[in-house]
Amino acid sequence: MEMTEKSYHTHLEPKNGWFDIDLKEVWRYRDLIWLFTKRSFILIYKQTILGPAWIILQPLMTTLIYTLVFGGIAGISTDGIPQILFYMGGNAVWGFFAACLNKTASTFTGNAGVFGKVYFPRLVSPISTVLSSAINFFVQLAMFLVFWLYYVVTGQVSPNYIGILLLPVILVYLGLLGLGFGIIISSLTTKYRDLAMLVTFGVQLWMYITPVVYPISTLGEGGLRTVIMLNPVTCAVETFRWAFLGQGSVELLYWGISAVVMAAVVTLGVIVFSKVEKTFMDTV
Amino acid sequence: MEQYVIKIKGLRKQYRLGQIGGGTLRGDLQSWWARLRGKDDPNAVIGFDSRLVGQRFWALCGIDLQVNKGEALGIIGANGAGKSTLLKILSRITAPTEGSVDIYGRIASMLEVGTGFSPEMTGRENIYMNGAILGMTKAEIDAKMEQIIEFSECREFIDTPVKRYSSGMYVKLAFSVAAHLDAEIMIMDEVLAVGDMAFQKKCLDKMRAAAQQQGRTVLYVSHNMSTIRQLCRRCIVLDQGRIVFDGDTEEAIGRYLALGGVSGGTDRALSELPRLHESFGTVAKMLRLRLEGRENATALRGEKLRLALTWQAEKDMENVCLRLLVRTAADAVVGTAHSAVFGSCAAGCSREDIAVLDTAMLSAGTYYLSPALLQRGQGGSVVLDNVPRALTVEITDTDAEWNSGYMGAVRLPDMDVEQERKLRDRYE
Repeated sequence: MEMTEKSYHTHLEPKNGWFDIDLKEVWRYRDLIWLFTKRSFILIYKQTILGPAWIILQPLMTTLIYTLVFGGIAGISTDGIPQILFYMGGNAVWGFFAACLNKTASTFTGNAGVFGKVYFPRLVSPISTVLSSAINFFVQLAMFLVFWLYYVVTGQVSPNYIGILLLPVILVYLGLLGLGFGIIISSLTTKYRDLAMLVTFGVQLWMYITPVVYPISTLGEGGLRTVIMLNPVTCAVETFRWAFLGQGSVELLYWGISAVVMAAVVTLGVIVFSKVEKTFMDTV
Repeated sequence: MEQYVIKIKGLRKQYRLGQIGGGTLRGDLQSWWARLRGKDDPNAVIGFDSRLVGQRFWALCGIDLQVNKGEALGIIGANGAGKSTLLKILSRITAPTEGSVDIYGRIASMLEVGTGFSPEMTGRENIYMNGAILGMTKAEIDAKMEQIIEFSECREFIDTPVKRYSSGMYVKLAFSVAAHLDAEIMIMDEVLAVGDMAFQKKCLDKMRAAAQQQGRTVLYVSHNMSTIRQLCRRCIVLDQGRIVFDGDTEEAIGRYLALGGVSGGTDRALSELPRLHESFGTVAKMLRLRLEGRENATALRGEKLRLALTWQAEKDMENVCLRLLVRTAADAVVGTAHSAVFGSCAAGCSREDIAVLDTAMLSAGTYYLSPALLQRGQGGSVVLDNVPRALTVEITDTDAEWNSGYMGAVRLPDMDVEQERKLRDRYE
C-alpha cells in the first residue's frame, strides 16, 4: 500500500519547466484516448440515415466536384493521371492534414466544460482527434484503392510500388504537423477567439498553396514553385502521388526542410501547450 | 505520527479582476492603444473604477493544510470563500499562483456529476466514458461494471441513451461511477445536492465506509450542514481565502454560521437589514427580534422559544401578528408559524410583543428564523414587513442525532397504538 501510494505522488507548484509533459501519464490514459476516438465516430453519425457511409460520400462528392471544376471547366493538367484518382488522392491526404489541424485547434475551447471539472492529461484530447482523423483517412484510402486497382489493372497508372511503403511515414509526418499547428492555435485561442475564425479561413487558403488540385509540375521552375515546395504539406502530397500514381516531385532537400519545420512546430506546440494547460481555465 | 496524504504549504491563487472572461484580441489591442494615448479604455466596464482594471484578486491567500489518511474532511464557507478554487487546485484543473501541494495517491474528483456524459450514448457506454475520464482503465471498469450498475439502480435502462433518462437516474448513474473509483483520495463538491433522500443516504454511507474501512481520504464541500455532520469529524472553515477554523465539525459549523452574517446571538437589530421589497417597513416596521430569557441561541427540543419583537407603526394599526418562516441550514423551508394578533399600536408608537414558538416538532439541527409582520384583514393578510433569516437557532436533542432514527427537519408526533390484538404464534 505504502509503495503504490508513493508511486502516485503529485507535486503541484506554480512554476513549471519548459517541457512539462508527462508522456507516461498520457500512456496510462490510453483507454480514454481510444474512447474519445470511438465517441467522435458514434456522435457524428447518430441519427443520420446513411450513418458511416458519409465518411465515403463526402470525399467522393468533393472529388466529383474537383473533377468537374478544376479538371473539366478550368482544364488544369493532372500530369496524365486519371482525374478521379488525382483529385481523390490529393483530397484524402490534404483532408487528413486539414482535419488534424482544424479539430485540434479547438481542443481547449471545445472541451472547456470537461476540462474545467476533471483532470486528465490534456494531450489526450488532441491525440484522439488525430487518431480519429487517421481512421477517417484509412476509410477514404480504401475507397481510393478500389478505383486505383481498376486503373492499375487496365494499365493507365504505373505506381512506384516501393514508394507505397512510405505511406506510414507520410501519415505520421502529417499527423504530427497538424497536431503541432493545432495545439499552438488551441493554446492561443484560450484567450483570443479571433484565431478560431482565422483558422477555418486560413486552412482553406492553405489548400491552394498545396498541390491538391494541380500538380507541382505545372508551375515550371520559378520562385512560385520554390515557395510551394517550402510549404511543409507539399512534400507529403507529392510523395503520396509519386508512390501510388507514378507522378510527383519528391526532393530530399525539401523533405529535409519540411521535417525540420515539423519538428520545430511540434516542439513549440508542446511547449506552449504545457504552459497553457495548467491555467487555461482561468482565461478561457 | 499519522500518515498524511495531502500537504498544502502557503497556497495562494490569484485571479485578475477585469480580465476574466476577457474578450478578443481586438479588444485587448483597443484597450492597449487607448492607454498608450492616455485616453479612457473603451472596454472598461461602465461605473467600474478604472484603477481596478488589472488589479489582482486573491481567491486563496495562504492556505496551510495537512490531511491524513482515512480522514473525512469537511470544507465549509460562504460563496466566494475559496472552497471551489481550493478543490480546483487539488484536482489539478488550475495551477496555484504561489505555494505548493503534495498529494500522495490518486485523486478522484467529483466537482460535478456526470462530467463527459454524452446524451446520445447509452448508460453502459457512458460508464466507460466517465470512468476513463476519471482515470480508470477499461479493465478496471469491466471488473466493476456489475457493481456500478447495481449501485446505480438503473439496470433496466443501462442500454438506453442517457438522454432518455430522468435527471435523478442520470445523477445516480454518474455518482455510481465515481463512487467505485479505486482512488485513495476523493474530492466532492456539492454532488449530493441532487438525488433523492434514500440515494443521498446510500452515497453518504458509501463514502463513510470508504474513509473508515478502506482508509481512503474524503474531502467534502457542501452547504448542507447535516451531510457535513454525518460524514466529517474534522472540518475547516474558509473565509475570504483563508482558513479561519480547523477542527471539530460542530464548532466549525458554529463558526461558519456566525460568519455568514447570521449572528449566532440572541438579539438582532432589524431596522437596518435589507428588505426584499421596498414597500416593506413603510407602514409598520420591525425594529428588533430577541430570544427572551436565553444566553445563547440554543434550545433543547421541546423547549419554548420566547420571541420578543419590537415594532413601530406609522399610522394606527390593529390586527397585526407575527409570521415566522423556519428554514433549515440548507435553506429548505420547514414550515411557517403564525402568532395570535398583537395589541393595537398608535401612529408613531412602538411596542414589544412576545410570541412563543414550540420547538417540539423540530429535529435537532440549525434553523433560520425569518420574521414577517402581517396585518390580518377581511380579504386575507397583507405583509407589512419581512426580514429573511434574522436569527439562527440551534435545536439540540437528548439522543445523538445520527442514531435517533428521526429523519428530516420535522419530527412528527409519536403514533399512538389503539388496539393490540394477539394473533396465533405464526401468521399464516
